[in-house]
Amino acid sequence: MSSDVRFIDFKSDKQPTWCPGCGDFGTMNGMMKALANTGNDPDNTFVVAGIGCSGKIGTYMHSYALHGVHGRALPVGTGVKMANPDLEVMVAGGDGDGYSIGSGHFIHAVRRNVDMSYIVMDNRIYGLTKGQASPTSREDFETATTPEGPKQPPVNPLALALSAGGTFIAQSFASDAQRHAELVQKAIEHDGFGFVNVFSPCVTFNDTDTYDYFRDNLTDLAETDHDPNDFDEAKDRIMDADAEYQGILYQDEDSVPYHESHGVTENMTEIPDGAPEDATDLVREFY
Amino acid sequence: MPADFNWAIGGEAGDGINSTGKIFARALSRAGRHVFTSKDFASRIRGGYTAYKVRTAIDPVESTVDRLDVLIALTQRTVDENIDELHEGSVIIYDGERTSMQDLEIPDGMVGMDVPLKSLAEDAGGAIMRNIVALGAACEVTDFPIEHLGSSLEKRFSDKGESIVENNKTAADLGAEFVRESYEAETTEFEYELETTDENYVLINGDEAIGMGAIAAGCRFYSGYPITPATDVMEYLTGRLERYGGHVVQAEDELSAINMALGAARAGARSMTATSGPGIDLMAETFGLVAQSETPLVICDVMRSGPSTGMPTKQEQGDLNMTLFGGHGEIPRFVIAPTTIAECFWKTVEAFNYAEKYQTPVYLVSDLEMAVTEQTFPPEAFDMDEVDIDRGKIVDEDEVDEWLDDEGHFRAHAATEDGVSPRALPGTTDGAHMSTGLEHNELGRRTEDTEIRVEQVHKRERKVETAKEREDWSPREFGNPDADNLVVSWGSNEGTISEAMDLMGEDAPDFRFLSVPYLFPRPDLSEAFEQAEQVVVVECNATGQFADVLEHDTLERVDRVNKYNGVGFKADELAAEITEVLQ
Repeated sequence: MSSDVRFIDFKSDKQPTWCPGCGDFGTMNGMMKALANTGNDPDNTFVVAGIGCSGKIGTYMHSYALHGVHGRALPVGTGVKMANPDLEVMVAGGDGDGYSIGSGHFIHAVRRNVDMSYIVMDNRIYGLTKGQASPTSREDFETATTPEGPKQPPVNPLALALSAGGTFIAQSFASDAQRHAELVQKAIEHDGFGFVNVFSPCVTFNDTDTYDYFRDNLTDLAETDHDPNDFDEAKDRIMDADAEYQGILYQDEDSVPYHESHGVTENMTEIPDGAPEDATDLVREFY
Repeated sequence: MPADFNWAIGGEAGDGINSTGKIFARALSRAGRHVFTSKDFASRIRGGYTAYKVRTAIDPVESTVDRLDVLIALTQRTVDENIDELHEGSVIIYDGERTSMQDLEIPDGMVGMDVPLKSLAEDAGGAIMRNIVALGAACEVTDFPIEHLGSSLEKRFSDKGESIVENNKTAADLGAEFVRESYEAETTEFEYELETTDENYVLINGDEAIGMGAIAAGCRFYSGYPITPATDVMEYLTGRLERYGGHVVQAEDELSAINMALGAARAGARSMTATSGPGIDLMAETFGLVAQSETPLVICDVMRSGPSTGMPTKQEQGDLNMTLFGGHGEIPRFVIAPTTIAECFWKTVEAFNYAEKYQTPVYLVSDLEMAVTEQTFPPEAFDMDEVDIDRGKIVDEDEVDEWLDDEGHFRAHAATEDGVSPRALPGTTDGAHMSTGLEHNELGRRTEDTEIRVEQVHKRERKVETAKEREDWSPREFGNPDADNLVVSWGSNEGTISEAMDLMGEDAPDFRFLSVPYLFPRPDLSEAFEQAEQVVVVECNATGQFADVLEHDTLERVDRVNKYNGVGFKADELAAEITEVLQ
């Protein structure tokens, strides 16, 4: 690993096909910066993505990567990290990928607390399928499949994470490049599952949750007296449906990552040319 | 006196039937006798009917038969369920002091032995040992040296302390003593004596053999979701895999299980998941991704009766079509079905090698009866020195350079002559690349270019063609190679058909028997079919899925012997059926 890795080294030569102005550009740039700032390089980094606009990120970044099926990027990342703890594993997704089809995996990944980061590009809309309601869409958000709005409350991903025992829960805004990169970096550095929900506006299909909306309504926790180690304070802020926060909502300083709680620290990729030396003991167990 | 002896214990779920049966099976195995067990059980924790049957002989036994010589009945239903298998002279051991057994009527010609199992167990230290009293009684009836039962009890209870072991031995002794004193004449008349030998056998079931094969093959990561009858693979590996630097994860569902296993495989670990039919349905989604991203992965399907929830604790070979054809689009794969419990070990080792050599998912297809059957083998059947590991085309830092394109990108899906691309494990300098379920170019990047699409389809198919040429896909052959009749089967029926062949006698039609473990790629049986006047395909499903496949391969019609009532074939039953079809 060289110390002079720059964020540009994590960029592939493939031009993104995201719409001009898409929040995902800023989200990705912040991820690349954070990876470079934490001393990683493309050869020791594994990026996993699912399906949707967010899923394309593996193509636009340069690292080891898997672009998997819809909603199941977190289990893939879990397997990668367990098999080779030396790798930096970053999982990317969208609100549909992570909070709808993949919501089951999300809460269990949070519970497991594997030492990896999960960056969700939340645009509160299904973009790639051209504008249907997502699990984070507002109750009255009208789309082709929800002409009167979903008429059900949006999923609160931060609350899901907190209730599942999350040890690092943050939120950022793709347009606030510096803060976003800083928060992703903190997620990488966190000893456990670092989760960042990123407001990543869809300029084509969502005219409600826009750049302007977030600029006007976002409160940066760094400018408040918020204590991220205070669970109750985090809970109150997360459950406040009227507020939009940027910053670390909650961080458990005593987080014990999966590899420590389960003793999974060995690189599993090297194996002998034949059966393990004492494998005959396994046969003897059956006498 | 027939060469084999058949014994069973039956009662309600929760009566400790399974544990007791295994203790007796182990006692026989430790006495140098061959053993083949079977279980009747339901998907419930308490109540109902459950039984553990043991067939034993000095020579190897490979199937069950419809005959019972000694039955330990803890419930009336146990006698009712087995009435057709009991015969004149069969001994039924029961506890007449138990309220529900007081009115038990012993059928004509059979011998009832009323043994106060509970009272004697209490004398030995606790009612919980009543089944062990019954085992002691069974030893006395069959003249089986009780020290072997003691040896098995030591193995079972040694980690619970010496006094527990001693109490159990006492319980067994009391059962034997009671029979000796109260049923001396009956015992003398009983026609079986269980002789012993100096051999020491391995007593193992199919799930354990798969788990042991996985460790031998260098598997380091296992993720799974509990499901009958595959859970024993996971339970076997839990704790053991960790001894070899690996890890077992219980995932939140099968979707997650296969994706975790896929992740570990992409990181470069030998990786596996196991499930049964309902889980295979869920995994079908990611199965295509495994193949498309050219990830080496072993997916074990321990089949049970379907469709849907079907009969979760019953036998069926119903998933052949699913494993051969399941998934949208056209997915290159290997499908291997071990034909015996020992082969569960060896085919697991092969599955890992094929997965890595050809960077392709491998379905390892076993079934419920193999999973729950304990069978004896000489230890040489699992000779660890014979295990070879071939990891295929993994490239290191120095070799990566040969596979970079003009701009320095690693060609992870290079369309090579044999179809197999170089594999750079994450962490390898300059090997960074992506893989995807999308159609992609040789760099792993998405494309819809028509020429590249065709090139990549051909490249993936070429791996299968290469494997067909390089590897040995022969069936296992039994019987008379020149016979006019040909019997073909797949998976776990091998032992039963072999025994059926022995049972059929000299007047029965002669046949050649091919047992096929390789379902895809599979052997070309055209020539064998041409030589045969009649072909019979035996399989445990209703429609004859393998028969269909073979008819398609050979353009010949076959006769079919199918069973789909939830119970696997038995040797005597199959001997009669094959005889009838061939005559």
